[in-house]
Amino acid sequence: MLELKHISFRVNGDQEQEKEILRDINLVIEDKSFVIITGPNGGGKSTLAKIIMGIETPTSGQIFFNGQDITHADITERAAMGIGFAFQQPVRFKGLTVKELLQLATKKEMTQAQLCQYLSEVGLCAADYIDREINASLSGGELKRIEIAMLMARGVPLSIFDEPEAGIDLWSFNNLIRVFERLRDEQNGSVVIISHQERILEIADKIVVVSNGEITGMGPTGEILPELLKKSDSCRFYRAGRRA
Amino acid sequence: MKTVVKNMLKTVADLVVLPTNGAFNIRVNGSCVERHSTKNVQIIPKENGSGIDIHVKPGTKNEMVHIPVVVDASGFEDLVYNDFYIGEDADVVIIAGCGIHNDGAHLSQHDGIHTFHVGKRARVKYVEKHYGEGDGSGERVLNPVTEVYLDEDSYLEMETVQIEGVDSTNRITKGELKDRATFIVRERLMTSGTQRATTTFDVALNGVDASTNVVSRSVAKGQSFQEFISKIDGNRACVGHSECDAIIMDNACVKAVPELVANHVDASLIHEAAIGKIAGEQIIKLMTLGLTQEEAEAEIVNGFLK
Repeated sequence: MLELKHISFRVNGDQEQEKEILRDINLVIEDKSFVIITGPNGGGKSTLAKIIMGIETPTSGQIFFNGQDITHADITERAAMGIGFAFQQPVRFKGLTVKELLQLATKKEMTQAQLCQYLSEVGLCAADYIDREINASLSGGELKRIEIAMLMARGVPLSIFDEPEAGIDLWSFNNLIRVFERLRDEQNGSVVIISHQERILEIADKIVVVSNGEITGMGPTGEILPELLKKSDSCRFYRAGRRA
Repeated sequence: MKTVVKNMLKTVADLVVLPTNGAFNIRVNGSCVERHSTKNVQIIPKENGSGIDIHVKPGTKNEMVHIPVVVDASGFEDLVYNDFYIGEDADVVIIAGCGIHNDGAHLSQHDGIHTFHVGKRARVKYVEKHYGEGDGSGERVLNPVTEVYLDEDSYLEMETVQIEGVDSTNRITKGELKDRATFIVRERLMTSGTQRATTTFDVALNGVDASTNVVSRSVAKGQSFQEFISKIDGNRACVGHSECDAIIMDNACVKAVPELVANHVDASLIHEAAIGKIAGEQIIKLMTLGLTQEEAEAEIVNGFLK
């Protein structure tokens, strides 16, 4: 279980004035839960995800993972404890191949069949990709799918996906939904997804709304989603792929 | 053969045992210790003792030639001229490479001058690895010179690697290409401490539709210095591309000096250079997979130089 207690995050803005990105966030992610964090752009969702992974350090507050205070644990330590993160904008590496990165993620030598299993989950043919470098020759959508496959391959107790739909085309988006549906049905760990997509929100157990640095709504999907859709103009939800 | 020499041969030429089905010449401290020619590949020592001539018969296919050099005597300065004559339509792989083991206080140096005359339609893959080791205070210096003369429709692909242990190197690679000839160079280089490396590529595209692609990837650590000079002359309708991609760490210095000369309106020449430190986001990504910062940096560098 992950628990955030009174998390705040401030940065120095223009003219050295402090800007508050997150304010007194209290959140519990239960074991084996499927949670979507949503809300307007610039509301603090990605920052919150990065604070859970240890990429950003909160200005105040505490983070507990399975009862252990990890507020001051670094990224590597949190990864070893079983927290994983798929970036909104995946990083490129000259020289490292898809196979090598997947093996780094899973910490084991992988057969072609295993690689194929993970990549086919995200609609990529392993034979075409395992020896490709993670460089500019891959499109944004391909990189994104590899990023998602990498986190799924780790099979960690807490997986955080930061806007997995960003950069994914419409056809792939429908597959992506199926990937997350399977992840929800077969999951052994908790999944947290930052998303604006209504169809991803629909498959959540719990929705957390983060707006202007605060949690402005939280509860079961059946309660929160109808409210959000009523206010969809202000929340800017997208319904891409809904009819496909 | 001494263990040091055996280890060096494995490192620079991937030789654990002597090749059984190819020509080879193994040079240790300036002398040939083993030599073998085949029906198609003749290795002949030069009369003045300055090196060897390697003759590959026209039409030879799928043969490998090993010509590694080891220097393990501190204070030894070696200079060798190896000339390759590749017959028309041949297709061969040539593995060179030099290792210096210096446990002493004196400078050890090997300067290998390799000249390739590649016949019409012939294809050559040329691999050279340079490596230095030893506990002595004596410098380890390697100054390889490679001159390539490519006849019509021929192809030479050169892979050159120097990953560690060489204190000073001045690497010069020259090429002259006739019609439809292709010259590909891939260099991997790493320097650390106070090491210095200068790499010069000078390619003249003299033939119609001749092409070259010169790609250098390097990592400079510590206080080391690297200079990458790349000159391509496009003298006919041709295509030339050179690329210098360097990761800089600590207090190192990397200098890239491109020079493109188009002497023909249909010469298409491109140079790209990128020098910078390891991107912080790359390190963070690998840390989210459980690697420490140091492990992440090592993976990024190893991948980059692979």
